[in-house]
Order: sequence, then C-alpha cells, then structure tokens
Amino acid sequence: MFSYCTDPDTLEGLTWLSCYLTTGKHMGMYVSVVVVLVLLAITAPVALMFGFAGATAARSRIAPLRWLGKGYTAIVRGVPDIAFFLFFVIALDQAFEWLRHQVKCPDWDQPVRQGNDFVVCAEAKLPLSTSAQWVHETYGFFLAVLTFAIVFGAFASNVLFGAMRAVPRAQLETAEAYGMTRRQTFWRVLVPQMWVYALPGLSNLWMVLIKATPLLFLLGVEDIVYWARELGGTKNARFTEYPHGDWRMYYFGALLVFYLAFTKVSEVVLDKVMKRLTHGQATAGGEAQRRANA
Amino acid sequence: MSCWITIQDYALRSIGIGERLLPREDYTLCQQFTLIGSGMIWNIYFGALALIAGFFFATALAVGKNSQSRWLRKPAEWFIFVFRGSPLFIQFFFAYFLFLSLKQAVPFFSPFTSAWLGALVVLFFNTAAYSGEIFYGALLSIPKGDTEAADAYGMSGWSRFKRVVFPTMMRLAWPAYTNEAIFLFHATTLVFFSGFPVLRQRGDALYYASYFADKTFNPFVPYPILAMYFIILTLIIVGLFGLINKRLNRHLPQEARAKMRFRPNIIR
Repeated sequence: MFSYCTDPDTLEGLTWLSCYLTTGKHMGMYVSVVVVLVLLAITAPVALMFGFAGATAARSRIAPLRWLGKGYTAIVRGVPDIAFFLFFVIALDQAFEWLRHQVKCPDWDQPVRQGNDFVVCAEAKLPLSTSAQWVHETYGFFLAVLTFAIVFGAFASNVLFGAMRAVPRAQLETAEAYGMTRRQTFWRVLVPQMWVYALPGLSNLWMVLIKATPLLFLLGVEDIVYWARELGGTKNARFTEYPHGDWRMYYFGALLVFYLAFTKVSEVVLDKVMKRLTHGQATAGGEAQRRANA
Repeated sequence: MSCWITIQDYALRSIGIGERLLPREDYTLCQQFTLIGSGMIWNIYFGALALIAGFFFATALAVGKNSQSRWLRKPAEWFIFVFRGSPLFIQFFFAYFLFLSLKQAVPFFSPFTSAWLGALVVLFFNTAAYSGEIFYGALLSIPKGDTEAADAYGMSGWSRFKRVVFPTMMRLAWPAYTNEAIFLFHATTLVFFSGFPVLRQRGDALYYASYFADKTFNPFVPYPILAMYFIILTLIIVGLFGLINKRLNRHLPQEARAKMRFRPNIIR
C-alpha cells in the first residue's frame, strides 16, 4: 500500500502496523464490512415488505390467508433463529433447484431424493457448474439475504400487526362513516397512522438485525467473522511477510467495538427520528413534548 | 435395530454415556429424534444455570444502575451497554480466544476454554445484562406511593428493599423477564457454532440437527424435530414462569392481575 512497505522486515512499531493493516487480505476484511452494510441495506426494506405482507394477511377476512399470516409470525417466534438460518439456506437452495428441475428437465425419470443425495439434472443446478466464482458468491449472498428477510419479516410482521391494532378504532369508524371501502380505509387511514406506533418495535428490530449480521458466517458467506478468524490465526500469518502470534482475541475485540459503536450510533439516530415522529401526535409521547415546550 | 435400543444407545450420547460412534448411514427417524433430544440436555444445562445465576447478578446490576453513587452506577451502566450492544455470537468468539490466551499465562483458566464453563460464563454475563436492564426499567416504574408508604412505616435500607422495592420490581418485570428466559434458551444453540470446540461430538441439539442435515442433505426432517423440542421447551418455560407470576400477584383481586402475554419479539 505505502511506498515504505516494500521490505517489512526492517519496519517497526506504527509503520509496521500501518503496512500490516493495509495488506491485500486486510482489504478483503474491509470489503466484508461493506458486505455487512449492504446486507443490512437490502434486508431491512425487504424484511419490512415481508412483514407488511404478513401483517396484512393476518388481518385478512379470508380465513386461509389469515391462517397463513398468523402461522408465519407464530412459527418463527417459537424456535431459535439460527435454526431457521441453517434450515432456510439449504431448503431454499433445494426448492429453487427443484423448481428449475421441473421446468428444464420434464423427462427426467429418476427420483430427486436418492438415499442421502439430492439429485437434479445438470441444467437445473444453481448456479450452473460452469459459471464463474463471483456468480457462486453472489448466489450465496442472495440466499443469505432472502433467509434474513424471511426470518426478520416474521418479526416485523408481528410488530406491524400490533401497530395496526393500536391505531384508535374511532379513526377507522370515521373513515367508514365517510363511506370509504375497506381497501380505502386501509390505505388512506390505517397505514399512514400506524408508523408512529410501529417505530419503537421496528427500531428494536433494527438493533436486533445489526446484532444478527455475524450469523452470516454460518450461512457460508465470507464475512467479518470469517476474516477475523483467518487473519488473527497463526496458521496463515506464518507464510506471509508479517508473522505474528495468535491475535484472534484482538480481532474479535475490534469487532466487538465496531458493533458497539454501530448500535450506539443507531440508537442516537433512532431517538432523533422518534422525537420528530411523535411531534404533534395524540400520544403520551407527543403530549409530553408539548408540555415540555409550553 | 429397534427404536428402544437406539434410545438406550444414544439418549445420553451428548454427555458421553452410551455408544461412542454416531450413526453413519441409514439414518432412521428414531435416531434423529433421540440424538437431537439428547443434545437438548446441553441447551437446558446452559440455559437453566445461566438464568439462575444471572437472576441475582441482574438484580445487583439494576440496583447499581439506579444508585446515587457514580462508582456504582457507571460500572453497571457500562456492563449493561457492552453486553446488550454487541452480538452474542461475537461475545462467544472473543471470550473463547480471551480464555485461550489467559490459559497460557495462568493454568487456572484452562477449564474456561471448554464449552461447559466458558460458554456458561458468557451466557451468564449476557443474560445478567439483558435482565438487569429489564429490572432497572421496572425499578423506575415502581409507583411512588409504594415507596412513600414504606417511608411512612419507618422502613429504610435493607428492609425497605426486601419488603417493598424488590417484590414490586419483580411483579412489574416478570412478563418481560419471561421473554428474556425464552430467548436465553434459544441463544444457547449458538454455543457450539462459535469457537467453543465440540469434544468427541458431544454437542447440543442444533449441533446434531445440522449433523443430520449435512449427512442426509435433507433439512426437512432434523430441523422440524429440533423446532418441536424447542416449542415444547418454550411451553414449559411459559408454564413455569406463569406459576411464579401467579404467586407474585396473589394479593391482587382476580380481575386486576396482570395477564401474562406471550410476546417474544426480541432476539440477540
């Protein structure tokens, strides 16, 4: 990286450290931090969409749809989330391959499950065995995002369902009195008003989502946990120009600090947002703000 | 091989009693049920011990965070912030490597590098921090009248805490604390995926479930079995905590008793 890094053996102290922290492998680690942020940026809105769909389904007048919505929220809450992470990654992969298998190879006559193997025809493999390395990595990341979205969608659905019920009944009755249909009441009255009730739950969920990102490691993505183990360990360091002892403790200490800072910043920002949203609302929080200013 | 023999061989496999080798092929449903159930012993061990020990520490943390003295308040605040603000997964990794380094300097720490003690310590601190925050919130919402009445009776210090503050704090915190307990048990599944080594394949329920999923390449059998065990465990916890909740609120009229609401929507 720096010009003085050409001969690491002569370096000492801070200059050594500055060279050490800018090696190619460390760049890989910094990229994986970006991967975590990208995951958060994609997962949060997708999970919110899943949650919105789940909450809407749970309120539906059609019984099977309602059961589906309620079941979605109930199952994910009773079971450890990592179990879902481990389950969905394989299950989704197999589901996609099976669907492609049905479409692309209709004349395949063997069963898909043969003993302990899951066999689909070569054209249905995902990603295709001929495709490049980055396609495999992107596909793995895509599966991870989908898994996160499904699990966190269930939590969001729980929050949004509660928020929809918290909107004062009188508001909906007024809408009905104006002759609005159910659909109009939903989109014009209920949805705009529910956010202030949903925000405390959603901000809690955001914190939980941040703290769940290290689980990417279990889904086979090369994330920060992977790099911290790789770079901190002695095994690889021995063969580089920067040999060192077992530093995994310091690497994970750094990750701990990174997450603490991240959650702290989120907390401060979300507090600000909450203050803005409650301003002028007919809730206890809004009333307290009014009194403080008066 | 009948199912009964399988149960005899594998029911206590996770603590090292019974058959040494795990089944290698022709996995039957019975084997999966038995081994995953056997792994639950670890989940219950970690959860129960951390919960019981954490309860006392959490009470101390809540009182400390509410204290007037800076020297008590600041450490309690920082402890809660560090353990609630960072992922449990990273805490496990960090603690494991910390104990590994400490072991080299002080031999006393060598048992801490195995899961039964090291992971238990992390879970203990973690649940103490989460429950400490719950208890602190409850401490803040104790009705003013209650403490004023205690003052009027001339109570102070320990007797005031024992007779008025602590029981009210428990009553207010109990529903949230139930959720914390449920999620602590769920969090125990992280232990063997986070650095702590699995000795001779004696793992927890999720370890065996993922073992079967890897070997059979069929996630649709072991994970639902695991889910079933955890739902049963959750129901038992809800039942037990409901009984304690009843006891805590026994002086209130039937109508006014706080209903236990099963709303676990916090994970770490």
